[in-house]
Amino acid sequence: MKAKVYIKHRQEILDPQGKAVLQGLNNLGFKGLTDVRVGKYIEITLDCASVESAHEQVKDMCERLLVNTVIENYTYVIEP
Amino acid sequence: MFAIVVFPGSNCDHDCYHVLKHVCGADVKFVWHKETAIGSDVKVVILPGGFSHGDYLRAGAIAGFSPIMSAVSEFAANGGGVIGICNGFQILLEAGLLPGAMLRNKNLKFICKDVYIKVKNTNTAATSTLREGQVLKIPIAHAEGNYYADMATLNRLKEHNGIAFTYCQSNGEENDSANPNGAVLNIAGITNSAGNVVGMMPHPERCSEEMLGNTDGRAIFESALQFVKNKL
Repeated sequence: MKAKVYIKHRQEILDPQGKAVLQGLNNLGFKGLTDVRVGKYIEITLDCASVESAHEQVKDMCERLLVNTVIENYTYVIEP
Repeated sequence: MFAIVVFPGSNCDHDCYHVLKHVCGADVKFVWHKETAIGSDVKVVILPGGFSHGDYLRAGAIAGFSPIMSAVSEFAANGGGVIGICNGFQILLEAGLLPGAMLRNKNLKFICKDVYIKVKNTNTAATSTLREGQVLKIPIAHAEGNYYADMATLNRLKEHNGIAFTYCQSNGEENDSANPNGAVLNIAGITNSAGNVVGMMPHPERCSEEMLGNTDGRAIFESALQFVKNKL
């Protein structure tokens, strides 16, 4: 089973890395870009009896280590 | 007795040890992060600067639940002094011993330079020998020192005088141009309501001797020493 976790800064938090990338894309001539947010992608391979228990585990991993919820949001998908 | 916790990647542990032992004449020992007890003779724990666990994932995130940190939490809850410097401050935040989180510096750069900080609370384990409003010149050296907390947390901090240090000009004026990393409210250091847990980004251990051209940091360690004496 694979868990794919996507983490990004909360919307209210300034993302200077995203701003720098936006600037770079503008410099390359890409038009109409209004915002860029840079985040993290974590892929976890796990042996789990059921998709439900994988959900439970991954959520726990996110809350306890992978994500600092003071500054970050996350979503994840589980692929059987 | 002081204990300096050593994490894999700590690199200011020996500097803190040197200042405490050879400059201040205190009893001090190292404690490896895999230990589960600090020792009953210890009155102040120092979490030193560095790059614990390579700063992987987030600065301080993995060190935040090193085996020793349960003992540090318990020690803090019982009134023991805990001072986190730079990476040590980041670890305190990640471990939930202090509120808020660190973002990357606003300019995305690692900043290593002298800054001025203003003492806002003198009732802490790290500031008792200083006077309110005193300005210190102390170096910073970090890439993630942009302190962030939401409004509710900042209000709670203000209520209990939890802001210990702010970045300022040499004359004490706190403004944007004195803020090296974008930290909210120019925050350079905070404390819990009891004042026994303090986190600060600047490195006092790097400026505590005449030979180094600056002794402003020494008062932080003298304050910690005072805290130890008061506990005896």
